[in-house]
Amino acid sequence: MSDSFIIKNLNASIGDREILKDFSLTIPKGEVHAIMGPNGTGKSTLAKVLAGHPDYAVQSGEALLDGQELLGLEPDVIARAGLFLAFQYPSEIPGVTIANFIRAAIVARQAKGAPFDAKAYYAELYAKMDALKMDRTFTARFVNEGFSGGEKKRCEILQLMMLKPKYAVLDETDSGLDIDALRIVSEGVNRMRGPETGLLVITHYQRLLEYIVPDRVHIMWDGRIVHSGGKELALELEAKGYDWVKTELASA
Amino acid sequence: MAEIDEYQTQREAIEVDRSKGDFKYEENYAFDAGVGLSPSVVDYISKVKGEEPWILEFRQKALKTFESLPMPTHWATTDLENIHFDKIRYYLSKGQKPVRTWEEVPDDVKATFERLGIPESERKFLAGVEAQFDSEAVYSRMKEELEKQGVLFCGPTDGLRDHPEIFRRWFGKVIPVGDNKFAALNSAVFSGGSFIYIPKGVKVAQPLQAYFRINAENFGQFERTLIIADEGAEVTYMEGCTAPKFETATLHSAVVELVALKGAKIQYITVQNWSANVFNLVTKRGVAEEGAEVRWIDCNIGSRLTMKYPGVVLRGKGARGEVLSIALANDGQHQDTGAKMIHAADDTTSNIIAKSISVGTGRSTYRGLVHIPKTLKNCRNNTECDALLINEHSRTDTYPAISVRGQKNSVQHEASVSKVSAEQIFYMMQRGLSEGEAMSLAVNGFVNDLVKEFPMEYSVELKRLIELQMEGSVG
Repeated sequence: MSDSFIIKNLNASIGDREILKDFSLTIPKGEVHAIMGPNGTGKSTLAKVLAGHPDYAVQSGEALLDGQELLGLEPDVIARAGLFLAFQYPSEIPGVTIANFIRAAIVARQAKGAPFDAKAYYAELYAKMDALKMDRTFTARFVNEGFSGGEKKRCEILQLMMLKPKYAVLDETDSGLDIDALRIVSEGVNRMRGPETGLLVITHYQRLLEYIVPDRVHIMWDGRIVHSGGKELALELEAKGYDWVKTELASA
Repeated sequence: MAEIDEYQTQREAIEVDRSKGDFKYEENYAFDAGVGLSPSVVDYISKVKGEEPWILEFRQKALKTFESLPMPTHWATTDLENIHFDKIRYYLSKGQKPVRTWEEVPDDVKATFERLGIPESERKFLAGVEAQFDSEAVYSRMKEELEKQGVLFCGPTDGLRDHPEIFRRWFGKVIPVGDNKFAALNSAVFSGGSFIYIPKGVKVAQPLQAYFRINAENFGQFERTLIIADEGAEVTYMEGCTAPKFETATLHSAVVELVALKGAKIQYITVQNWSANVFNLVTKRGVAEEGAEVRWIDCNIGSRLTMKYPGVVLRGKGARGEVLSIALANDGQHQDTGAKMIHAADDTTSNIIAKSISVGTGRSTYRGLVHIPKTLKNCRNNTECDALLINEHSRTDTYPAISVRGQKNSVQHEASVSKVSAEQIFYMMQRGLSEGEAMSLAVNGFVNDLVKEFPMEYSVELKRLIELQMEGSVG
């Protein structure tokens, strides 16, 4: 399938610790999938491995983005191929303004030497900041430096909206958000929904999925998906708790 | 040693074409002081220039001082021992006098400066340009209205010959011959550089620029600059430097003296991009009289070893001194830079902001000297030095020497060391930037607040230079 993000039998480790164990998941373009699971089951590792983080070693498996193998590629090549990762803990880049950072990311996607339309860029940037209820002065702030938790997550979603990837992984985007920020961030993500984009939302809590309603919900345990279902699965999990996963699903 | 011949030019094909600064043209010099240093080399240089006896005497005395002073290896670096003074060529010139139109500049030399973008910059934003090729200026031109206002912009030979009443008074006074071994060496064999006088109250809006180009191998460039801003005058001077990549060491040892008389302002900007074989050992100092301001903006990129500590002697009440410096030490390079602030009057203020970046095995060192004696009052100094390390083997050292006495003076010192983390690089690469682009963005961010102080054209140039350095440094 050339219009899906297909992860097949992925095994990955950090140091001598195996984390992903025959992990498989398919996200058809246009769908929103959620991965839920307790801490330490490998959710964030999955995000980093897919993005090509150098600390993780891939033993075997495939990660095909519209047919293109991502495993083994450099992080920037993966990014330009169309995979975006919204970080749980985005890095600070002192001295680099948000406007310049996103601009550099866009220029990196253009052909070398192609002209950059600064006017159109700022028009789009401002429109998307308005949608995320971000103050215009934000463009001149340094990337993530001195940001509150909510500001960092909004900044991630702003980048997502500006870079328009084919697929995006949102790693615990709800952590550190109050209810207002959660609503605004979710609206931003929902704007990205459409036939051209596939989204994978990683979360610990069901709360986020009230705002970003997923097409499919997957429960992750010990490095792989142990149960999948519709959006109602998130509610079931919330009601039964992660102990249910441990006792019922993991042993199955 | 070559005889003093008539002016001659020859067209030569371009020999090397690798990157912007790293190319050279065939060497064909009418005047060549030969290899090594001796009293007769000093005689030769002085004779070629047709100097008055007092200058020759000054040079010969300086040579003796140079020979008597030890190498500063004990506090700086033993790499200085790798300079072989007997293998260096001290004077090379094609014999022409500096001309006033680029058309008159010999083709090969003109091609050099065109590739470096000098004539274009001149058309765009400069009030005057001087271009030096090895030992002598080949081009010198200033806007006519400045000439009418009495602004002088020439080399040391012309300056000392035609305007001794202005220049001789300060020549060698801000930086005496015996200040250090390399100042003495420069005093013995100096050639080229800029002598500038801005008359009372004249404010030169656009910058004057000099460009120093080393073209020959095993060569020593010893330009000498003296800028005098008379009462209430203002000037910005910028210098750029490049050399091709040679296998053997090349020496650049300049002396720069600035004099800001009452209420005057001098801003001196350096963007050097020496190749990795150049020993860059430069002495720079200014005096600021009452209410005057001397500001050094110093960007050191490239070279094998740079030792440079621009200073300001705050001699008049209310004088201000400032050093803003950026140093980038790439693989195998050592940037030993800093600043000196000597407070010698009440109500004087000084500010030092130094940022250094160490890449690969590069090493950056900050040395600062701030001196406020107890007899003074209401003096203030602020010193900030920030270091950024890029790799595991990068190194940075800070040696601040601050001597502040008296009850009514204040000093503030801040230092920081930060690292570009692997997580930062991963984050930027996840947005689509290559590793080199990510590094150079991080470095540009680190120097961002200082670069904002630069004239626009230079901040663009500096950003580009940093990008070139960082792209070559990964992998």
